[in-house]
Amino acid sequence: MSREVSSRRLPVIATLVVGLMLSIMPLPNLIAPFRPDWLALLLIFWAMQLPRTWSIGTAWIIGLILDVSYGTLLGQHALALCVIVFITVRFHLLMRVFPLSQLTATVFALLALYQFLLFWINGVASVSAPLLAYWAPVITGTLIWPFLYMFLSGVRYGTRTSN
Amino acid sequence: MVASRGNTSNPARIPALGVRALLLVFISIVLMYFDHRENHLDTVRQGIGVAVYPVRLIVDAPMRLWEWLGESTTSRSDLKLEVARLNSERLITNVRLQRLTALEAENARLRSLLEARTKVRDEVRVAQIMAVDANPYEHNLVIDVGSRDGVYDGQAIVDADGVVGQVIRTGLMTSQAVLISDTDHALPVEVNRNGLRTIAVGTGEIDRLDLPFLPNNADIRTGDLLVTSGLGGAFPAGYPVAVVDSVTRIPQDPFADVNAKPSAALDQVREVMLIWSAPAAEEDHDEEQSQDREESDGEDSDE
Repeated sequence: MSREVSSRRLPVIATLVVGLMLSIMPLPNLIAPFRPDWLALLLIFWAMQLPRTWSIGTAWIIGLILDVSYGTLLGQHALALCVIVFITVRFHLLMRVFPLSQLTATVFALLALYQFLLFWINGVASVSAPLLAYWAPVITGTLIWPFLYMFLSGVRYGTRTSN
Repeated sequence: MVASRGNTSNPARIPALGVRALLLVFISIVLMYFDHRENHLDTVRQGIGVAVYPVRLIVDAPMRLWEWLGESTTSRSDLKLEVARLNSERLITNVRLQRLTALEAENARLRSLLEARTKVRDEVRVAQIMAVDANPYEHNLVIDVGSRDGVYDGQAIVDADGVVGQVIRTGLMTSQAVLISDTDHALPVEVNRNGLRTIAVGTGEIDRLDLPFLPNNADIRTGDLLVTSGLGGAFPAGYPVAVVDSVTRIPQDPFADVNAKPSAALDQVREVMLIWSAPAAEEDHDEEQSQDREESDGEDSDE
C-alpha cells in the first residue's frame, strides 16, 4: 500500500510543477487575462481522485508558492485554494460519479468561488484590478476542464497499470 | 452542521478535514494580515522565493534559447550591418556626451556660485527581464537581480527611453517591479518645458498615463515632455517619463483631461537599468516641498 502511494506521488508532483510553470509562463498582454487557473484545476482533480494523499495541506502549500511567485498577498491564493479543495474533498465521492458535463458545471462553480475569494481579499486589501482578470480565467478554466480531466485520468490510470 | 453530518455519513475517510481546513484558513488570514500591515514576512517570502527560482529559470529558458538561436543564426552580412549601425550610433552619442560633460561642469560651477548642492551622477546597472509572468492584478515584470545584487524596495527602473517602473518586492535572486502604467502607481513628474509639477497616474493600459490633477487653465499642451521631478524621493529627477498626447479642457469641469504616452516601451523591453541614486530621500524629502524647483533634484550631496 505504502509503496503504491509513494510511486503514485511522482506523476502528481510532476503535473503540479508543470502547472506552476504554465501559471507563470509569459503570455501576450492581450490573452494573459484568459490564462486558466491551472493549479486550481489540477488540485481539484487530484483531491477528487486521491483525497487522502492530496488534500487541503497540499493546496495550502501550493497556494503559498503561487502567492510568492505572483507576489500577491501571502496567503491569498493559499486560502482560496484551501477552500475549494476542502469542498472538493468533502464531495469527492459524489463528484466521482458525476457525468462529465455535470462535473464541468461543478468545476465552473468551484472556479467562480475561487476567483470570488481572490476578488474579495483584493477588495479588503484595496488591490484594484480590471474585472476581466477575475471572470476570464473561470471561463477558460471551465472550457479546458474536460480535456484536462481526460488527460489527467490517463496519467492516473496509466501509473496504476504500470505499477 | 452540514459538515458534521457529512463526517458521520462518511466515516473515517479523511480525518478532521473540517478542523484542518479551518486552521489553515485561519493561518492564511493571519499571514495576509501581517503581510499587508507591515513587511514582517519578507524572510518567509524570500525563502519560498528561492524554491520558486528554478521554476522561473526553466520557464525563462525557452525565451533565452530562442534569443540565443536568433543570435547565432544571424547571417554575417546582417551582423556587419548591425555593427556599422551601432558604430555610427556610438559616434553620435559620443559627440552628444562630450557636450554633456561640458554642460555638467558648467552646471556644477553655476550651482556652486548659487551655493546650491551639486547633482551627482547616478549609479546604474543593467538587469535582464525574465520571461515570466507575475501578478495578474498588476502591470509588473520580474528581473533577474535581487537583494544579493544590492537591489532594494522602491528602486527606480529605467530603460533607454525613459522610466519603466520601480522595484516593489525584492527577492534574493529575482525581484518584482511594478510598471508606471499600473493603476496603483503614481509618479511625481514635471513638464520639461515650464517646470509645471503634477502627478502621472497609471491607467492599467500599457501605453497610457493619466494626469488627473491639472486645472483647466494649466499651461500644458500636446507634445510636452514629462520628466521625473524627484519629489517622491523614489525616482531621481530628470528622467523622461511620457509625452503628452491629448489635452481636453471641458469648461464646466475643474480639471483638464490630460493623457500621456510613456516614453519607454513598457511591453517590449528586455533589458532595463536599475538606478542607485545618492542617498537623498531622508534629509531632502521635507525641505524639497518648499524649495525652488531648480534645487529640488532629489539626489544631492555635499560634493
